[in-house]
Amino acid sequence: MKPRGTFRNTALALGLAFLYLPILSMMVFSFNNSRLVTVWDGPNSPTLKWYAKLFENSQILDAALLSVKIAAMTATGAVVLGTLAGLVLVRFGPFRGRAMLSAMTTAPLVMPEVITGLSLLLLFVALEQLTGWPEGRGVLTITIAHITFAMAYVTVVVQSRLAGFDDSLEEAALDLGAKPAKVFFAITLPLIAPALVSGWLLAFTLSWDDVVISQFVAGPSATTLPMVVFSKARLGVSPDINALATIMVLVVATGVVLSSVWMRRQERKRRLEEQMARSDAG
Amino acid sequence: MAEKTIDRSNEYVRIESVTKRFGDFTAVDNVSLNVYKGEIFCLLGGSGCGKTTLLRMLAGFETPTTGRILIDGQDMADTPPYQRPVNMMFQSYALFPHMTVAKNVAFGLEQEGLPRAEIDRRVGEMLDIVKLGEFARRKPHQLSGGQRQRVALARALVKRPKLLLLDEPLGALDKKLREHTQFELINLQEQLGVTFIVVTHDQEEAMTLATRIGVMNKGQIVQVGTPTEIYEFPNSRFVADFIGSVNMFDGQLVEDEPGHVRIRCPELDATVFVSHGISAAPDAKVSVAIRPEKIEMSRAAPPGGENRARGVVKEIAYMGDMSVYLVRLDSGRMLRVTIPNTQRHDERIAWDETVHLSWDPSSPVVLTQ
Repeated sequence: MKPRGTFRNTALALGLAFLYLPILSMMVFSFNNSRLVTVWDGPNSPTLKWYAKLFENSQILDAALLSVKIAAMTATGAVVLGTLAGLVLVRFGPFRGRAMLSAMTTAPLVMPEVITGLSLLLLFVALEQLTGWPEGRGVLTITIAHITFAMAYVTVVVQSRLAGFDDSLEEAALDLGAKPAKVFFAITLPLIAPALVSGWLLAFTLSWDDVVISQFVAGPSATTLPMVVFSKARLGVSPDINALATIMVLVVATGVVLSSVWMRRQERKRRLEEQMARSDAG
Repeated sequence: MAEKTIDRSNEYVRIESVTKRFGDFTAVDNVSLNVYKGEIFCLLGGSGCGKTTLLRMLAGFETPTTGRILIDGQDMADTPPYQRPVNMMFQSYALFPHMTVAKNVAFGLEQEGLPRAEIDRRVGEMLDIVKLGEFARRKPHQLSGGQRQRVALARALVKRPKLLLLDEPLGALDKKLREHTQFELINLQEQLGVTFIVVTHDQEEAMTLATRIGVMNKGQIVQVGTPTEIYEFPNSRFVADFIGSVNMFDGQLVEDEPGHVRIRCPELDATVFVSHGISAAPDAKVSVAIRPEKIEMSRAAPPGGENRARGVVKEIAYMGDMSVYLVRLDSGRMLRVTIPNTQRHDERIAWDETVHLSWDPSSPVVLTQ
């Protein structure tokens, strides 16, 4: 049975409201003049004063910069390790310990973050006592901790891309005289590049908004943006956080829209070219 | 196609009792085979008969469980695929989707570390040979199936291999294009003097391309021979049945002389007289195979009391160049007869007519296994 127009539209409106109303209200309140987040100061709004305040707040700006740095390092590290793990799981056949490796690399997906965070903290402390490394906790420990769980996501993405990969492409390259390492860099890597890009972005996002694990393994010297937001929110949300969040949402939304437009255009171009090829005389 | 004479002094590939097992499954079972320089050798068989595994062992993607493979006199056991003097054309073509046609073709030469100018020259030449010069800058997805096939061929041939392995080279092409490409392949092979080993499940393809065919079944090579030998003198029921269509009758040897034999088949009224001797035990159970095009059909009874049958036409399929008749014999057995349509308006035999069938004593093949 086909739902009627009004029902469909109501359901759509409710669904969208459920997903986006909280974000929308946050964005609206970022232009609020009042200090109190929940009170709308009609006569003096909208205003950009919280945006101006935000850019004067060096604590937040430093934390944002640090978060970007950690997220970029995490994403890069996770892509390298995740690609290796995915490659081994898909390409190396049934070796001893494969099931174990498969379970272990994806374990962080289901492991509660508190456990991951706590166990990493204990590990870092024990390591420092035994070997003197890592010296205290800070950027390095956060990055390592983020890589361990972000890598699991990258592995899954790369694995599924490799599973749909035509093995004969690699065999053809071998057959044409390319050594295995050359095959990997000339054929395999360019072809799984889309998966690496999406894995990198995924890892970046995961690291960017992680609070729980960072909380465990961060030292006094390193405070990431989510940690700042979280600690501020506990003292009562200040409107400059709304402004910050609004900027973040806009950046992400623009990125998503641009990339999907680009991808759709590529797809359309490709389909057109394939059609033209088919209509050409063979 | 007229058969070429094979120069047997010039052995290029030697497969010595090669067996390949995957776990409990034996994909290739004790195969020995020689392929000579300049040949087009076709490995023909149904799916899962081990022909592709054999090809992959030649390319170096699989290693034999037991046995040896020698190419140009050298044992290939420790030679990885990228060092073998062999190139392969893949069934899926395996064109690198992120590279242009020219880049695809150049890839193999780049691995040899040749100077850029020479690579460009050879790629250009090769693309001209396969008539793809104007498509050099296209990507594979911008090509039609036939063009892709030619890129794959060019990419494999540009390295000037002594031996080219082709895995179902024409499998993905439509019928018209396939016929055309078959002859192009043969021309190219003669022009470049490369030895071809072709894997195919298509017997027509094998018959047109091959100087020799190796028929495979369940991991074993059951018969090796020229297309004529395989078609006219199959050595087993499997080969007779697999290549072309055939009418096969079970029977018993009643007379076994060096120059001829007589066989009594329960499904035929008359005995079958075969004008050549066979090697079989007396009273052995044998099969008689008669090709449909070797049977004559007429309304009048033929002279002689042997090599004949009578039946009623039950089905006629008009194919243009010939017609296929299904005739039900008195014993109830259906017999397949093909008659070329040489005249346009002759008095053709119609449905439900009673016909007499006969054949030459040299036509039947007696099979003991």
